[in-house]
Amino acid sequence: MSHFESPLREPLITGNKTWKKITDDIVVNTTGDIKPLWLIATLISAAVAAFGVFCIGWEVCYGIGTWGANKTVGWAWDITNFVWWIGIGHAGTLISAILLLFRQKWRTGVNRAAEAMTIFAVVCAGLFPVFHMGRVWDAFFIFPLPNTRGPLWQNFNSPLLWDVFAISTYFSVSLLFWYTGLVPDFGTIRDQAKPGSIRWKIYNVLSFGWVGEAKHWERWESLSLILAGLSTPLVLSVHTIVSFDFATSIVPGWHTTILPPYFVAGAIFSGFAMVLTLMLVARKVMNLEDYITIAHVESMNKILLLTGSMVGTAYLTELFVAWYSGSMYEQYAFANRALGPLAWSYWTMMFCNLIFPQFFWSKKLRRSIAFTFFTSIVVNIGMWFERFVIIVTSLYRDYLPSSWIDYRPTWVEVGIYVGTGGIFMTLFLLFSRFFPVVAIAEVKSILKISGDQARAEQWDEVKDDDVYKTLEK
Amino acid sequence: MSAKKLLVGIFDDDHTLIHAIEHIRHDGYKVGEVFTPFPVHGLEHALGLRPTKLHTAGFMFGATGTTFALSFITWVSTLSYPNNFGGKPFFSLPSWIPITFEMTVLFAAWGMTLSFYYLCKLYPGKQPKIVDPRTTDHLFSMTFDLDGKDEAYIEKLSSLLKAQGAIEVYIKEL
Repeated sequence: MSHFESPLREPLITGNKTWKKITDDIVVNTTGDIKPLWLIATLISAAVAAFGVFCIGWEVCYGIGTWGANKTVGWAWDITNFVWWIGIGHAGTLISAILLLFRQKWRTGVNRAAEAMTIFAVVCAGLFPVFHMGRVWDAFFIFPLPNTRGPLWQNFNSPLLWDVFAISTYFSVSLLFWYTGLVPDFGTIRDQAKPGSIRWKIYNVLSFGWVGEAKHWERWESLSLILAGLSTPLVLSVHTIVSFDFATSIVPGWHTTILPPYFVAGAIFSGFAMVLTLMLVARKVMNLEDYITIAHVESMNKILLLTGSMVGTAYLTELFVAWYSGSMYEQYAFANRALGPLAWSYWTMMFCNLIFPQFFWSKKLRRSIAFTFFTSIVVNIGMWFERFVIIVTSLYRDYLPSSWIDYRPTWVEVGIYVGTGGIFMTLFLLFSRFFPVVAIAEVKSILKISGDQARAEQWDEVKDDDVYKTLEK
Repeated sequence: MSAKKLLVGIFDDDHTLIHAIEHIRHDGYKVGEVFTPFPVHGLEHALGLRPTKLHTAGFMFGATGTTFALSFITWVSTLSYPNNFGGKPFFSLPSWIPITFEMTVLFAAWGMTLSFYYLCKLYPGKQPKIVDPRTTDHLFSMTFDLDGKDEAYIEKLSSLLKAQGAIEVYIKEL
């Protein structure tokens, strides 16, 4: 028998599935004719992405002067977007790595898509610092490559260089983790195709010739577990290091020790919001309601509530510490954020991140698809404003009042940002059409424990126990 | 490579499969290979597989990454290109920890993953020997090498497999 799990827990797979049915349900999304809705969405995304590429080209040709960044606001939209995208990526690693270590079975329904989202988000994030360099053809200077420019090396004490290593390691390790998970599922898709057909050949190349030998599975599980163990501290380190970019400077409003945990919580918060935005659409369009159930949505909403409250606590702590520090510059930075000319952005952030997720104390709202979707959008916006507040409102009023300056983004900056949204969506749509969106093998492995039939069986086993009788009432 | 003759037993349940393997191995038969659509826990014990040493390899790769990062940064910052950053010592270990950590993770992850594909002999473009395509879907299979075995052996093993709950037993040349 499979091990006992309380029948009071909600099933994670509904609709009386069998292993065969799981394969069919997931593989069907990669076969058949291309749906017009998908095609339209992909073309629009690709067009937006193309506009973004055009704006990047414009910036490369004419220089950073095409942006609104100026003498004190050197980091503006660009780094805001960088931190925003990196943060979004964090949910995928959290779901795939941390929830694997904690043996949370609900991760299996959403981990594949969330990991894909991580990779695409990091791709978008990486563009920003690279093109912020201006002379992008010299971008390789950030890597310690052997060179003939004298013995000229990077400053290994700089958080900006730490970031180079953190982001590139994060991207490549996430890619390995994601792809190794995909290999058995590509094997499944291949074996559903006609042997020798083009489709069979393509998926065979993607599957690396996977056939599911017992020894391979054993190694695969060991590898997944250790990659999860490595990714967990990695994901925490990445946003910690991103926060060091700010925290190790002496800019009022940035120079605080709370930044690393506050950034990590905020990253998970915004990432889960993006996972919800995408998955609520995907489960509907791709008929995955039996795999991404209301129970999954509720679990993610609980994380949203937790991390939202953590971020909110950090906002309030910052205010307190600014007052308590006795430093007039620190106090001014926060007073200016809350009451200055850009106060609207501060209060948008407060409302979206601290106040709005508190509705999730209500179970009814946590389980409402429409409300969850709306909240996920609100949180995405709120977290963008958080980075905008941290960056722009700390910089536009410098120590010296004669340097005070207003900041307005130009169409090039906005275009690059919108363009990364297009790149992200194009990649995600391609992924959802050609790759298994739900981890087939992993969902199969929990069917006997967390499927609805298993719950019914376990209920039959215990329904006569006194403790369950009282609960039933 | 010449074709290999295999006896294939197909099962439709993971628990039946594990019990069958235990029983058949107890009777002295050598199980060739087992194919499953998802990782089945307890299978490696039933088959008596040696626990994988992949994690040890991971540790070694990680340690290599740590050593490489620390020694390289030390060489750059103290010998090749010593610079005065805010009056701090050339050898400033604490601020090198982030990069050392990232390099440890990078080496361990890549080293382990490449070792995994190397050990399993999986690579893009490999032509797999698929015993039964349904084993990546919903069925489980067990194969036995029939080279040099007589009819009596095949018959005895077939009936044993069926008695242990195999839903299909057939011979396949691969």
